[in-house]
Amino acid sequence: MVKINININNKAYSEEVEDNTLLVELLRDKLGLTGTHVGCDTSQCGACVIHVDGDSVKSCTVLAAQVNGKNLTTVEGLASEGQLHPIQKSFQNNHALQCGFCTPGLVMSAVDLLKKNSSPSEDEIRDWFEGHICRCTGYKNIIKAVQEAITQ
Amino acid sequence: MYNFKYHKAETIETARSLIAKSDDPKILAGGHTLIPTLKQRLSQPSDIIDISSIDELKMITLGDGFVTIGALCTHSDISNSPDIKKNITGLADLAKQIGDPQVRHKGTIGGSVANADPAADYPAAVLALDGEVITSTENHKATNFFVDMFETSLDPDEIITGIRLKIPNSSTYKKFRNPASGYAMVGVFMSRYDNDVKIAVTGASSSAYRMLDLEDSLKSNFNNDIMADVNIDTTNFNDDIHASAKYRGTILKVLLEEAILELK
Repeated sequence: MVKINININNKAYSEEVEDNTLLVELLRDKLGLTGTHVGCDTSQCGACVIHVDGDSVKSCTVLAAQVNGKNLTTVEGLASEGQLHPIQKSFQNNHALQCGFCTPGLVMSAVDLLKKNSSPSEDEIRDWFEGHICRCTGYKNIIKAVQEAITQ
Repeated sequence: MYNFKYHKAETIETARSLIAKSDDPKILAGGHTLIPTLKQRLSQPSDIIDISSIDELKMITLGDGFVTIGALCTHSDISNSPDIKKNITGLADLAKQIGDPQVRHKGTIGGSVANADPAADYPAAVLALDGEVITSTENHKATNFFVDMFETSLDPDEIITGIRLKIPNSSTYKKFRNPASGYAMVGVFMSRYDNDVKIAVTGASSSAYRMLDLEDSLKSNFNNDIMADVNIDTTNFNDDIHASAKYRGTILKVLLEEAILELK
């Protein structure tokens, strides 16, 4: 077992995890933060994307033990005081989801993109979502949602 | 995943002593090859030694015509580094073409070079930039480092600490991406120095390699016309579900021509 201290969505956690526990397993199975999804478990689909120290990463490909001492944000940490994050709002406005399975990862990725590049072109948005798979929307409305969020 | 014992090493010395004490250790840097390998049970180490918090391995330093990149620099660190963008444009472009943004936030140059995947991008750059792989015990010339598929000249207890590259006058990386995996079906790194040209190819065969004959021809005449007379020997090329050896040869020729045109 490995003892870790982490901060998730501005709340401190002190946990004991198995040496081979994945970060996404810790979030979902132990801490009940089930907004982060597992689609493929092979770092391809992007449903498990969260932020670790400000960068978007695939939490299915990180060991829980690796994030000791780090600051994490999951999709549960985006809304504040009952208000959706602007990206969440624009996904809603643009019908950028159908089944919603891939959405938490895409939203977390989009937040990271706009933090690093405040006015990405359509090509840059599409490139940034390379590591995400959505089987419903055909991506069109997802791109529209990010473009709308740029203007806000 | 199989069970393993996780260790965090805060220094290279600690990591080396942990290696000495373990039956079958593996070093964890970014983990973006190692963790998927563990999940598929292709690897069954007894101990995982996490070196990712050793900050001295995260620096990029310039000096005397060389760039030294710490082993723990991520693909994202490299593609966004002003020093790399300015001095080795081809390398910044290469790093930006690896995987996807989330993978680039975690995967490291040291991990990729140590793994020596035949379709990985960095080996071509390290070879074509007269590179040296710096480890906890010695410096390896790139030309002696990449031995074969997933095989390098690293000893089991050796840890890569950095990659030293000679700054070229100009450089470029041309890659034909596998549309599913993003790995190089074929990738060509070309760099120009005063009176010198270096070319290395990845993805085409079991290990990245230099094209010495073509380098010689281009040294005397750096012109794309030269490609009309070049025959690519595809005898040892990979021939698999993604592309035949012949197709890889055709792609290679096109990429070489594009690289020459860009650096002309």
